[in-house]
Amino acid sequence: ERERENEEEKDVKEKKRKKKKKEKEKEKEKKKKKKKKKKKKEKEKEKERKRKRKRKKIGKKERVTLAQGINVHLGTEMMVWFLFFLFCDSFQKWMKFQRDFENFKTACIPWEMKIKEIESHFGSSVASYFIFLRWMYGINMILFGLTFGLVMVPEALMGKPYGSLPRKTVPRAEEATAMNFATLWDFSGFAQYSVLFYGYYNNQRTIGWLKFRMPLSYFLVGVGSIGYSFMIVTRTMAKNANDDGGGDDTSFNFSWKMFTSWDYLIGNPETADNKFASITTSFKEAIVEEQESRKEENIHLTRFLRVLANFLALCTLAGSGYLIFFVVRRSQQFALEGLENYGWWERNEVNTVMSLLGMFCPTLFDVISSLENYHPRIALRWQLGRIFALFLGNLYTFIIALMDEINLKLEEEKIVKYNMTIWEASLYNGTIPENSTAPPIQVDPADVPRGPCWETMVGQEFVRLTVSDMMTTYITILIGDFLRAVFVRFFNYCWCWDLEYGFPSYSEFDISGNVLGLIFNQGMIWMGSFYAPCLPAINVFRLHTSMYLQCWAVMCCNVPQERVFKASRSNNFYMAMLLFILFLSTLPAVYTIVSIPPSFDCGPFSGKTRMFEVISETLEHDFPSWFGKVFGYASNPGLILPFILLMVLSIYYLNATSKSYKEANLELKKKLQSQAEENKRRNKQKAQKSNEQEENPFETEPPPAKPKGDKQDESTANKGKNWFECLVMGNSCVCDPRLPHCLDCFLCSNHPHNAESQVLAYFLRWLV
Amino acid sequence: MGGSASLIPRDLLSEYQELTFLSKQEILLAYKRFSELLPKEERENACSARVPKSQILTLPELRANPFQHQICHVFSTSESGDDSMSFEDFLDMLSVFSDSATSDIKSHYAFRIFDFDNDGILDRKDLEQLVNCLTGQGEESQLSSAEMEQLIQNVRPAGQGMGTAPGTGLSAHLPPQILEESDIDKDGTINLSEFQHVVSRSPDFASSFKIVL
Repeated sequence: ERERENEEEKDVKEKKRKKKKKEKEKEKEKKKKKKKKKKKKEKEKEKERKRKRKRKKIGKKERVTLAQGINVHLGTEMMVWFLFFLFCDSFQKWMKFQRDFENFKTACIPWEMKIKEIESHFGSSVASYFIFLRWMYGINMILFGLTFGLVMVPEALMGKPYGSLPRKTVPRAEEATAMNFATLWDFSGFAQYSVLFYGYYNNQRTIGWLKFRMPLSYFLVGVGSIGYSFMIVTRTMAKNANDDGGGDDTSFNFSWKMFTSWDYLIGNPETADNKFASITTSFKEAIVEEQESRKEENIHLTRFLRVLANFLALCTLAGSGYLIFFVVRRSQQFALEGLENYGWWERNEVNTVMSLLGMFCPTLFDVISSLENYHPRIALRWQLGRIFALFLGNLYTFIIALMDEINLKLEEEKIVKYNMTIWEASLYNGTIPENSTAPPIQVDPADVPRGPCWETMVGQEFVRLTVSDMMTTYITILIGDFLRAVFVRFFNYCWCWDLEYGFPSYSEFDISGNVLGLIFNQGMIWMGSFYAPCLPAINVFRLHTSMYLQCWAVMCCNVPQERVFKASRSNNFYMAMLLFILFLSTLPAVYTIVSIPPSFDCGPFSGKTRMFEVISETLEHDFPSWFGKVFGYASNPGLILPFILLMVLSIYYLNATSKSYKEANLELKKKLQSQAEENKRRNKQKAQKSNEQEENPFETEPPPAKPKGDKQDESTANKGKNWFECLVMGNSCVCDPRLPHCLDCFLCSNHPHNAESQVLAYFLRWLV
Repeated sequence: MGGSASLIPRDLLSEYQELTFLSKQEILLAYKRFSELLPKEERENACSARVPKSQILTLPELRANPFQHQICHVFSTSESGDDSMSFEDFLDMLSVFSDSATSDIKSHYAFRIFDFDNDGILDRKDLEQLVNCLTGQGEESQLSSAEMEQLIQNVRPAGQGMGTAPGTGLSAHLPPQILEESDIDKDGTINLSEFQHVVSRSPDFASSFKIVL
């Protein structure tokens, strides 16, 4: 038992020992762990300390650079945003300024209310004449500004005054009548010896303290006015061609009649009735025309009549040309024999005859054209063409007659030069021996014999023609329109037949005649303004009064037209005529400048052999020498001919590309058609299938509905696109202009004043 | 005009300028004319008042227009469907009809005006009604049904079972489709893009589709 107890005790002891060991171990482990932890903590602490030290040491720099970096970034970003906003803001301000300026400009347009009133009464075609008149007024104002500011004013202010030079004084012989109204109306006497005409200008190279180069300025203003006119007429033609949609498409006649024939400007019930009637007649005519175009009329009779009519027209033209020639010759004779012997008719024969011809021949052409039996549109074109030929013929006959006179004057000049030497010798007669260098004797400028100044003569002729044209127009309006209206109105009560519907009736406003008159008047101005700087001024006055007089006459005496011919279709036609006239008017002026020697004692080019020598003179004296060399090289035929060749090639190339574009257009149209047919076929098949499946009574609506749906999708497809696509494809989606940004299309081009978006739009377009 | 300038607040005025194609003078003139249509009590509040259709049609610019009812209908935003116009509708109308509106906008609205049954396309009935409007209201001036047929046949090809069939057999006389170019895809109706295609080629459209106060 003791052994057992001993063993048990031993066991127990062992167990205790083990337990203790375990506990000790555990404790050790715990301690170890604690130590480890402590160590770790210490290590961490040390690390932290180290870090802190590091931060303290390097931390400042890092922070500084970081902060600086951040600051810099923030700064630049801020700057960028600031600049952007500033830009947008200033751009908005710029747009606002532009808008205000546009408002101001529209407020400045003269006669706007008058033209609107006419538009509402007569429609847009009559108003287009007045718009054309206003546009011409603008051009003439600029020409006037050029000639007045750069030619007339410098000579008047800085040149030698009246009476100091022979060319600036009225000759002794004419002094008595120089201030008479009749002489002044005829633009001789004091009017002739003033800044109004070529002959007054002195040929000094520089005048005044400004060293203003008068002859150069005169020449350049002449060339510059023609250049400016060319530029602006071509620019307007290009703009009109753009608006036209690039082409004379006659394939949409009926559609256009239906969709665009109503003039929304009409506010007057009477005009509206007229318009209804004219639309109805045009519909009926068009229908009948389509049916009758198959009919074969008596071709031979029509052809004979047309040939006869053309022959008559040619006779009239030839007759008028000869008449003018004859009259000009007669006036030369009168001039030779002295104008004082003849009355008013002989003095003003040329101008009156030309104006009368311009008045009566068009009516004659109208009568002749009734023989021809053309479609009204074609008849109008023939009429315009004939009137154009008439005016052109008259103008050119006039110029040829003038050229004869110029040659005569040149002959006269030689004689006068010869006589001058004799006269000068006679001054020195008996006082000083010959061949001495004594100072010239003071002679009163009025007594010096003068050469015939052909340039002033040409200028005077043009001015007289313009003035008489003006008077004829005004008198025609007063008699032809006003008196006629008064007669019809008041004599209607006591006349056998109804005057208002019968023979005289109220006159209509003759658009084409008036427009042609305006164009030819402008042609005369262009021809004559080189020799008479006062012509643009006179024309400005004429157009100003014409506007008021014609506006009044139209509202008071004319009735709206029965056949309404749209002027807009002919807009480019009139511009083309204007361009043609411009070209033809510059030819005589250029010819005289280049080939006829200027007079020896009058004008800014006196003493030179040719007028354009002033350019070479300026190049020599006023420009450095290398300039002259460059010009010399540039005007070498070796350079100019290749240049001309290049231009011809480029014209040919552009023509070819435009043809290819037209063909591509046709191809696209065909594709569209075939695509639509495909769609239809597919829809039919679908409808058939669904019909077989459902076996329901099928309405006829769905098939059209489906393509309708497609098309609606297409037309609203633009709305669904995002703005970038819409912009890039160039489609202008039609969104509600009331919203500043339409919800679908951010950069819609239909938003007129969306500032930032416009800038972005331009930029993106350029990018893409 | 100076008096009415004080009646439109400045910011509204500039907002109108931005949102429409009209210039400041035109907006002020429109305001003046619009307030004249209102009875005196409502004139102070012209910007938010609505003018009934009958009053709008007394304007001289619209009085003589055969499309007057349709114009009022298209531009009116009234929920009650009585085609009354507020000042903003009025400005909208003037903006579309002004000189500076683009031809796209004009053709879009012209299409809506010609679309008498408001279904989004110009079909035979619309074209008939259009011709009747254009030829005036009198009995003698209206085209007979035969002539109407021929006209519309020329605008689009013979219908495929749409509406009443033409019984006069004019298709034999018809010249070869001068006008079928209007209907490019030959479905018998004219939709917006076809309309715009035809009208944009016309040189007269922009100048005739204009109303100025």
